[in-house]
Amino acid sequence: MKKSFIILSVIFLPAAVLLSSCSPRSSEKGEALTGEVKIDGSSTVFPLSEAVAEEFRNSFPNVRVTVGESGTGGGFKKFSRGETDINDASRSIRPEEIEACKANGISYLELEVAYDGLAVVVHPSNTWAKEIKVSELKKLWEPAAQGKITRWNQIRPEWPNKEIHLFGAGTASGTFDYFTEAIVGEAKSSRGDYTASEDDNVLVQGIASDELALGYFGLAYFENNQDKLRILPIDAENGNGPVTPTAETVKSKKYTPLSRPLFIYVNSKSLERKEVQRFVSFYLEHCGTLASDVGYVALTPDELKVTQARWEEFQKQFAK
Amino acid sequence: MAGLKKQEKVIEGILKGSAWFTILITIGIIWVLLYETIIFFRHVSLIEFFTATEWTPLFTIKKYGILPLLTATFLTSFIAIAVAMPLGLTIAIYLSEYANPTFRRIVKPVLELLASIPTVVYGFFALTTVTPFLQNFIPGMAGFNALSPGIVMGIMIMPLITSLSEDALYAIPGSMRFASYALGASRFQTTFRVLLPAASSGIGVSVILAISRAIGETMIVAIAAGQQPRLTLNPLVPVETITTYIVQVSMGDVPQNSPEFRSIFAAGMVLFLFTFGINNLGLYLKRKFYQKYEL
Repeated sequence: MKKSFIILSVIFLPAAVLLSSCSPRSSEKGEALTGEVKIDGSSTVFPLSEAVAEEFRNSFPNVRVTVGESGTGGGFKKFSRGETDINDASRSIRPEEIEACKANGISYLELEVAYDGLAVVVHPSNTWAKEIKVSELKKLWEPAAQGKITRWNQIRPEWPNKEIHLFGAGTASGTFDYFTEAIVGEAKSSRGDYTASEDDNVLVQGIASDELALGYFGLAYFENNQDKLRILPIDAENGNGPVTPTAETVKSKKYTPLSRPLFIYVNSKSLERKEVQRFVSFYLEHCGTLASDVGYVALTPDELKVTQARWEEFQKQFAK
Repeated sequence: MAGLKKQEKVIEGILKGSAWFTILITIGIIWVLLYETIIFFRHVSLIEFFTATEWTPLFTIKKYGILPLLTATFLTSFIAIAVAMPLGLTIAIYLSEYANPTFRRIVKPVLELLASIPTVVYGFFALTTVTPFLQNFIPGMAGFNALSPGIVMGIMIMPLITSLSEDALYAIPGSMRFASYALGASRFQTTFRVLLPAASSGIGVSVILAISRAIGETMIVAIAAGQQPRLTLNPLVPVETITTYIVQVSMGDVPQNSPEFRSIFAAGMVLFLFTFGINNLGLYLKRKFYQKYEL
């Protein structure tokens, strides 16, 4: 009896101290805030959300923030069942996902948090390819190309009659879904005879050491390896001519179709909890600087203002 | 007395149990491999598996031809043996027949040190040192290729060949050497005309074990040979070996009960059959080699 009492008090005493210290004390100390924020969704948005969560944990050490990466679609499944507070998404919510949310009585808010671009790159000593058309990329990467389009001059006759060595995202990566959807027209529809890796560093290493290489990966990785790679401007065949991906062209959506906005979706029910409210506000305050830190393009100050205004509106509507 | 006997029994039981444990584990592994492989071949025909020339189980157009993985495995192993055999054998002959004992005492442990380097280190050595070095001489060589990991793998398995071949040479009775010298043969003639043929089966064993080691090697090729299944014997372009494919799929998010996932068991089975066959050949030769010197 005595023993168990001691054990119990060892367990409960710190909790009791914590609880008693919580309520009355100042809110400028983040320790006052407790609870949990559950995030899941896109592995592309993950680095940004995780960076925000890390900062948040520093300021509010008693809030548990978990960030999963089951992919945009997998994340929405959990989100529509009310299992998560926030869903990271690298695309807008799909009609069937909206239906699922409605069916479970879940309303939500979509917030743009950053932009991401995909880079198509070649080796620096590649003298022939100066830009590439979207239709050429499609011809090169669609499933029908498998085993057939294997030389540079099959893409464009004036390019040399040399083998082309392809490097791209592995099938488990969000980049793979995004690239195949934007270029081939259907997510996950791709040729299979290329060096496929989920690890972008493997792709950088492969392309940087192979004169006949062509590959694609997130813009962030190009920016860290500019001396070893050359980026190809993309001609979307919309009259704008070839466009090089930069922070500006990604932001202005001129670099198309390989740039996209990144979103977070917030469940309105979760707003009943202070920690979720605080976290989303914190997210919008910090996503600008953190986006560039993790390699994405930040929203413009004007866009951010619009987003923040929408967030405040939403808060008024649902928060208690 | 009775207590002692009982103790003996217990100890004997533990020893027996350990022996059975390894046997059961081996059987278990083979059973799992076989089971998954059989399910895999309900989806994919054996004929396609061994004759198709493309391997793309993870993509839209699914092709299950093991040949590209198999050629890549043999290509890297062949390069490794082509490096390790002449080098390893030369060193073995030198150490056993020419080197003075002090030198031999220093060099042998150093050689064995090569075998203790983790293979992941060899892999990065191939990717970041050997490949850029070779690219100075071979224009158009890709960053991932079969040649560079092949050479590095050769360096890795060389101590195996050296050590076993040297033992084989060393085990030849001195009387054979003396007889050869007595007939007026030089040291060179003695080594190459008398000792090498006499030790040939032991040397054969060393090479066969080295081949088996090269075929099963994973880390070096996974890091430096690339991840693109390609039916080619060109050592300068990216290829994917059986082992690399297995690593790639087991680390990805392929659903567990799909034919895509089971393809790694089928690939593993092929690998297992090859190394199993080669190891048995080695054991068979080894037995022959020991019998020879019982006279």
